[in-house]
Amino acid sequence: MEKMSGARSLMVALEKEGANIVFGLPGGANLPIYDELYKSNIRHILVRHEQSASHMADGFGRVSRRPGVCFATSGPGATNIVTGIATAQADSAPMIAITGQVQTKMIGRDAFQESDIIGITNPIVKYAFQPMTASEIPEVVKKAFYISATGRPGPVLIDIPKDVQQNEAEMIFPTEVKIRGYHPWIDPDIGKIERAIDMLLSSERPVILAGGGVIISSAFAELQSIAELLMIPVVTTFKGKGAFPENHPLSLGPIGMHGHAEANKIMVEADCVLACGSRFSDRSVGTFEEFEKNLKIIHMDVDPAEIGKNQTTHVAVVGDLKASLRTMVKMLIQKAAKKNGDNPWIKRVNETREYFRQSLKLHPHPLGAAKVLRKLREVLPAQSIVTTEVGQHQMWASLFFDVIHPGTFFSSTGLGTMGWGFPAAIGAKAARPDVPVVDIAGEGSFNMTENSLAVSVLDDLPVIVFLLNNFSLGMVAQWQRTFYDRRMIGIDLKNCPDYVKLAESYGAQGIRAESIDEIGKAVQTALKSNIATVIDIPIDPQEDVLPFVAPGTPLKDMILPS
Amino acid sequence: MWSIISVLVENKPGVLFKVTHLFRSRNYNIDSISVGITENPEFSRMTITTSADEKQLNQIIKQLDKMIDTVEVKLLEEKKSIYRELVLMKVKITKPSDIMEITDLANAFKCNVHDVRKSSIIVEITATPDRINAFEDLVRGYGILEITRTGICALERGVGNES
Repeated sequence: MEKMSGARSLMVALEKEGANIVFGLPGGANLPIYDELYKSNIRHILVRHEQSASHMADGFGRVSRRPGVCFATSGPGATNIVTGIATAQADSAPMIAITGQVQTKMIGRDAFQESDIIGITNPIVKYAFQPMTASEIPEVVKKAFYISATGRPGPVLIDIPKDVQQNEAEMIFPTEVKIRGYHPWIDPDIGKIERAIDMLLSSERPVILAGGGVIISSAFAELQSIAELLMIPVVTTFKGKGAFPENHPLSLGPIGMHGHAEANKIMVEADCVLACGSRFSDRSVGTFEEFEKNLKIIHMDVDPAEIGKNQTTHVAVVGDLKASLRTMVKMLIQKAAKKNGDNPWIKRVNETREYFRQSLKLHPHPLGAAKVLRKLREVLPAQSIVTTEVGQHQMWASLFFDVIHPGTFFSSTGLGTMGWGFPAAIGAKAARPDVPVVDIAGEGSFNMTENSLAVSVLDDLPVIVFLLNNFSLGMVAQWQRTFYDRRMIGIDLKNCPDYVKLAESYGAQGIRAESIDEIGKAVQTALKSNIATVIDIPIDPQEDVLPFVAPGTPLKDMILPS
Repeated sequence: MWSIISVLVENKPGVLFKVTHLFRSRNYNIDSISVGITENPEFSRMTITTSADEKQLNQIIKQLDKMIDTVEVKLLEEKKSIYRELVLMKVKITKPSDIMEITDLANAFKCNVHDVRKSSIIVEITATPDRINAFEDLVRGYGILEITRTGICALERGVGNES
């Protein structure tokens, strides 16, 4: 036992958990924490707005698969990270948010910069702690990392009153924690996997639907083995994009609102789906009722509450996805269950893919999204990490940017948080400084967190912002064109600011690329220079994202380009 | 469908808030909730009654189970459980004979009578919701001035497979 302050014990506990970097911004109620951060070996990344700190921690967490840590002060500091916490929760990302709170004796007195952040974030955290004595802190930190990273990952909040940071106590640092009501390790049921295999083998038109869980549990190899052994085509959710190499002959890409036409088509025609780590979001399935019609659903997920939440399942396998899929592979090999691709279903799949690839008209503009993003794919090394903002560019990335190396594509898919991609890319760069990191962005989203350019430059976390600039809130514009009889309002961003000058004012590199050739060169320049770069690409404001499944309609009714 | 859910939770601040917030944020309905400490002071037991279809009920139980502060979540079968609610009912007295009539009714329902006054009487009834409703119907004619209810509390019969 050692006597130390709560703040000091926080640093020791963070170091014990292997947290060597935190993203944050100091303020009155977390200064004791920052004073100890000054004395510790933990690297601090000073953000310009706390929301970005939470997104950076999120990006770091998704890429490194261990919780990213962010710091904020009480009151507005804490409320500024609420969007980041909700984003992490919606996409099951591991994250620890540590907020300062007013002194315990001031709580409930509407003190300066007091906010009930525990109450505010209750529905959007996996768990929250508010230690009221300093001696609780080591165990709280241990539990926070355990809860955040295990089972279905998620954000955990630790709200520490200022006096609890300052008070000294004898500290015990537990090496293990147990929580009575939390059982993240569930062994998959062998009998159910057996039934799942029988169902897949007896179906005529099976499909694998890979969700974000495949990426979270890093079950790429297992998934690919099953697909190849049984010759089952693979579609993904948007969050599962890149769970399976998109240049693989069995890959059809994402389904859903802006899914690939061939993926939606084949999903609708399937008679059995093996859904891996997917929560059947409305954006993926269109309508719940239509999706499950004439479809046998096998659902594998770590979260028992996802079973039957949105779709009726025929076989449910609850447990760590990697473990479940690994068991399935073993059983398939034992049974010598193997199919070849010489069957009518695979023929149909290939024909469908070919049909849409040949027939779908791409936008004719010289800087049409498909051409722009395919150029990026061409020049970007396969192992590069890509994040996106939220909007049209995000959906074009889904359609036209093939993920070759599994687990290298990240997006705010659940909450759809504009402004996520850039700070998340910086967090990703902190986790993987060895690979290029690109944020495929739209200027509407980039505007929301563009002040993170300072971080990208000053903290040597160079990220390439690949900016598809259509001078408007393009997705909203598309909906107004499609559903509101072209009554355009609140979408015109009027080519402001000048992103090249903006980048330069932060000490970053700004490049305007006005042709496909220039885009290729700009990306190569950015990759070579290894400094933060904004590539401003003026695209056509009139281009729509197509295909499009209108909200509340089934996948079969997708709108194709005319 | 009316259902009774028994939830054993960590006895610490904020857990009731989290449970009720779960119902609110997922658009479930709480008909009644009662909470109290158990034989082990580390735990509280909540009895929640809710009206939900089977699919929703299934979700409620899973979402409750998923909460880290819940230790055990059980759907109680009516026939295999004892469940009671305590109700205090203030009934209007208009004429002196009302007192005797209400007291007789109360006796028939094994209720206690408290605070007998010229203009009101308080009846305490502990029973199943059906019996409470029946009693309420009978005294409604006198005029019910105020009611307060504890919500259902319930326990499974027997131990293990005995129930």
